[in-house]
Amino acid sequence: MSDPRAELEAAPWSGPTRRYDLIKEGVVALLILTIIVTALSTLFGSPDDKQITFKQWAVAAPADFFATSVQELAGTSGTAGYGAPYNTASVGVNLGPIHLAKIMGVTHPIDTVNDFVITPLTTVANAAPVADALKQWQGSDAKTQSTWATNYDTALSKANQDPTKVPAGDFGPVPQLAAGLLTMAQAGSLDGALLSQGNYFQSDYTKQTLFLGDGGYFSDQSTASNLQGSTWGMMNETGRYPGQAWLWLYSFWYQIPPFNNSNSHPFGANADAWIMVIMGALSLGLICMPLIPGVRSLPYKIKIHRLVWKDYYQEQNL
Amino acid sequence: MSADIEKEMWTSKLRKSWQKNLPVEKLLPDTQPSYVASWIYLFGVATLAALALIIASGLVLSFEGASWYHFSRVGHFVNSLHFWAVQFFFIFMVVHLWGKFWMAAWRGRRLLTWITGALAFVGSIATAFTGYLIQSNFDSQWISYEAKDGFNSVGIGSRFNVTNFGQMILLHVAFLPVIIGVITIIHVLLVRAKGVVPPIDAFNKELGERK
Repeated sequence: MSDPRAELEAAPWSGPTRRYDLIKEGVVALLILTIIVTALSTLFGSPDDKQITFKQWAVAAPADFFATSVQELAGTSGTAGYGAPYNTASVGVNLGPIHLAKIMGVTHPIDTVNDFVITPLTTVANAAPVADALKQWQGSDAKTQSTWATNYDTALSKANQDPTKVPAGDFGPVPQLAAGLLTMAQAGSLDGALLSQGNYFQSDYTKQTLFLGDGGYFSDQSTASNLQGSTWGMMNETGRYPGQAWLWLYSFWYQIPPFNNSNSHPFGANADAWIMVIMGALSLGLICMPLIPGVRSLPYKIKIHRLVWKDYYQEQNL
Repeated sequence: MSADIEKEMWTSKLRKSWQKNLPVEKLLPDTQPSYVASWIYLFGVATLAALALIIASGLVLSFEGASWYHFSRVGHFVNSLHFWAVQFFFIFMVVHLWGKFWMAAWRGRRLLTWITGALAFVGSIATAFTGYLIQSNFDSQWISYEAKDGFNSVGIGSRFNVTNFGQMILLHVAFLPVIIGVITIIHVLLVRAKGVVPPIDAFNKELGERK
């Protein structure tokens, strides 16, 4: 049985009408907005902070770059231990018993040792110590390589990332390889080597971005620009420009417990996954809002509509 | 052609349905119900105006290439038009959305109008997000690095790779604008076909109710 009010509300309006020029309204709106947007563009422009290159990183923070290179060789960097979709080093975050990333598998394989360090080094003519180090590394088995890299990574960490304070040890060619990559990056040839990876055309920056993120320099720059997730970063923009303010609700969850504590289990440690689920549910809720009991009744209880139709309510004495 | 044959044709069925539900008088009316008299009604058309500016500036940017705005003053200006138009687009759309919520604008078999509007909002967020990823500057580097964790955490990252510039630029200039365009056209046609929702208490007298 149909609702008589719904029938009336759906029927063509038979009450009083007024002139309304839709096309003129649209054209005037477009003209006014064009003037405002042109004025703002002329006065303020738009944000465009230069990209960070490996050369910039290696020159500005050589110790950080050197230590990150060692971590890539030792398998202790963020990317090396990430899990799917890059590798199988960990199971990744979970939603209770469900590991969605692991289920989807490794679709963008990254081998930090070869992709970030060894292969780029082979693309340039290296000085004798680096060339010899490469030969020694490539002539060794995986277990030996891992032992060397882990030993040096541990020693470097104890020496507060200062290679000059690392005591002698069983490091194999690892220090020379990291030094070679640092020299290559400082000369500006690592950026191109990482991008091309043997191809002429390339538009996938996954490897560069992850390598950059493994170091501390990139993160420090984002902190200085107030872009960290813990400070509403996803809705901020570089400089004094408005960012993606419409992501405020997504950013909001990262600011409150338990999601703002990565040591809190199960939600904080898996905040990325839970927040995606929450936002997915809320988006679905927005789309289906007229079907949700309680929420759909709010406009009837909080009578903001009386302001919208103020004249009509006065005329009709409602 | 006999009426029976015409009855069976999909084309004639579509034409008749279109003529019945959306005659040109409804598509381009010169009057509106007298209750359509509030500034809140301007935000729908303002959103469309901002969308038109976004598309126009975006077309210029796409013809000139992704790096143009970094080294050309004209390019930077067009990028600024695109940037500010997007900011206004979301402001207008959010006000429009809140306005329609408080009017309970889904009443009178207008549920699909609400759904297409909400889908346009969610789709616009995705489109704007891919736009921020293809700025090819520090901001896009950082956004892609941070955002990958969210998408990877629920398995979406295996197919939607925010650090893949090529994938993001294609989605931003081709796939997503087409989706938004189609949803917007359906939304506007529904608004015209169903008319502007009447006030909440408009039919109290007819129904013998008092509020």
